[in-house]
Amino acid sequence: MASSATLAPLTAAPPAIEVHDLTVAYHTQPVLWDVDVAMPPGKLIAIVGPNGAGKSTLLKAILGLVPLTTGWVRIDDQALAARRQTLAYIPQRTSVDWDFPTSALDVVLMGTYGRLGWFRRPGQRERDLACRCLEQMGIADLAQRQISQLSGGQQQRVFLARALAQEARTYLMDEPFAGVDATTERTIVELLRQLRDQGRTVVAVHHDLQTVPEYFDWVVLLNLRLVAAGPVEEVFNTENLHSTYGGQLKILSQAAAALLAKQQGLVS
Amino acid sequence: MAPDVYYSLVVVACGILVSASCSLLGPFLVLRRMSLVGDAISHAILPGIALGFILTHSRQSLAMTLGAAAAGLVTVWLIELLLKSRRVSEDTSVALVFPMLFALGVLLMERFARYVDLDPECVIYGDIEFAPFDQWSLGGLALGPRPLWILAGVTLFNLLLVVLLYKELKLTTFDPALGDALGFHSGWMHYILMTAVALTCVAAFESVGAILVVAFLIVPAATAYLITDRLSRLLAWSVGFGVLAAVGGYGLAREELLDCSVAGGMATMAGLIFAGVWMAAPRQGLLAQLRRRLS
Repeated sequence: MASSATLAPLTAAPPAIEVHDLTVAYHTQPVLWDVDVAMPPGKLIAIVGPNGAGKSTLLKAILGLVPLTTGWVRIDDQALAARRQTLAYIPQRTSVDWDFPTSALDVVLMGTYGRLGWFRRPGQRERDLACRCLEQMGIADLAQRQISQLSGGQQQRVFLARALAQEARTYLMDEPFAGVDATTERTIVELLRQLRDQGRTVVAVHHDLQTVPEYFDWVVLLNLRLVAAGPVEEVFNTENLHSTYGGQLKILSQAAAALLAKQQGLVS
Repeated sequence: MAPDVYYSLVVVACGILVSASCSLLGPFLVLRRMSLVGDAISHAILPGIALGFILTHSRQSLAMTLGAAAAGLVTVWLIELLLKSRRVSEDTSVALVFPMLFALGVLLMERFARYVDLDPECVIYGDIEFAPFDQWSLGGLALGPRPLWILAGVTLFNLLLVVLLYKELKLTTFDPALGDALGFHSGWMHYILMTAVALTCVAAFESVGAILVVAFLIVPAATAYLITDRLSRLLAWSVGFGVLAAVGGYGLAREELLDCSVAGGMATMAGLIFAGVWMAAPRQGLLAQLRRRLS
């Protein structure tokens, strides 16, 4: 392996995430079927598809949270176990109990647990880092607030601050824009661009087709099988959307409007 | 020391240790919405206890403890197996598993251990009153009441568990998926916690019986949940309320007052404390709500 690596030409970096022949089934019902995709590093990548298309499952499979029926996943051309600490996961906001007795700062501190490993407790260094992450998300003043006292948008910011505290290379987000206010949405978009500009990769399950061309560089169209994957301008077209969503015309017309707007240069 | 003072001290100390060991784990059961799983384990360890007893003919054997802990884990495993089949809901799977195991334990005891001092009554209500008479000696050296040692051991074990794995328990309770993603194996943490619950139930079982263990596991934690919004304080308050229930419950059960089962008195006291806090809690309490509505 080592010798072939030195002989390889100095071309582009390996994919941030490579998924090969991936099939995931719950009981006998497949939720992902033979998915093959290599996601490039340093891009903002959207995973889109109808409900039940396996979008969240794809994220979980990449993170090793669900058993793979067949296929494999590699992170930066290495096994997941070796790269686990370079991945940050932002689950759906509704996946946790916000009545849990803890503060916003405590939740952000959880992002540092992976580096600390077993038994070691977070110290001053971790607390400072967590405070900076809260600050970056514009909610430093809410550090000591019990998490149920936060609005939906603030809770999402806490989750993103926690992911920042992981100091990861690749961020996997499950619907980061779901149920947040317009200000939070702008903050999140701003953050995603900052992360990309630092060379990090963001993969987000996304629902709003209209904003795909504006927010993302790259898109994975998924409906149980992979429909298409590539740069937005190449694969985010009516034909692929039709294959992904079938005859759901309302969604398609929204996407068409967004595409048209982009072509006319109304959206940067 | 006068015999009756010694007697009272041992019983109260046992009660305090039962409470402390249970109320250290209770908050995690409450937050994981597993209160009834605690109840299930406390009942379902019975066949393990019975088998251990039948094999060794001793109430003080390691086999009994191990058998009970194994039965506790089998319970958790069976509940998850039923749940994963997706044919029954979570509460139903709990309700299916533990009465079956408890009944199996009762059958085993009635069939094979009928003439010995492990009778169904003390299994159900416990016999904390007899703790002072169960003296332990090692090679002729009198060590004092055996239940006291066992309960102290379990309390220490739970304390170490909660202190050493505080961060891991907190993370996998709040967000198990992130716990897995960070490499903390939520599944392992689940079984570590369940093993501790099973061991605690075995130790507490002799003192307070299968039915009342859950009162010590859940009630102090649920009471503490009413008054604090930080996990560390929740644990401290839970232990505090547990100890208070043990001491107050002993007082309640004295001859001069109710003259009832000590374990029953302690569980009742735990319930009374909960009711009191539920009404008087500073922010979420009934009185505070009324005051807000009137003003």
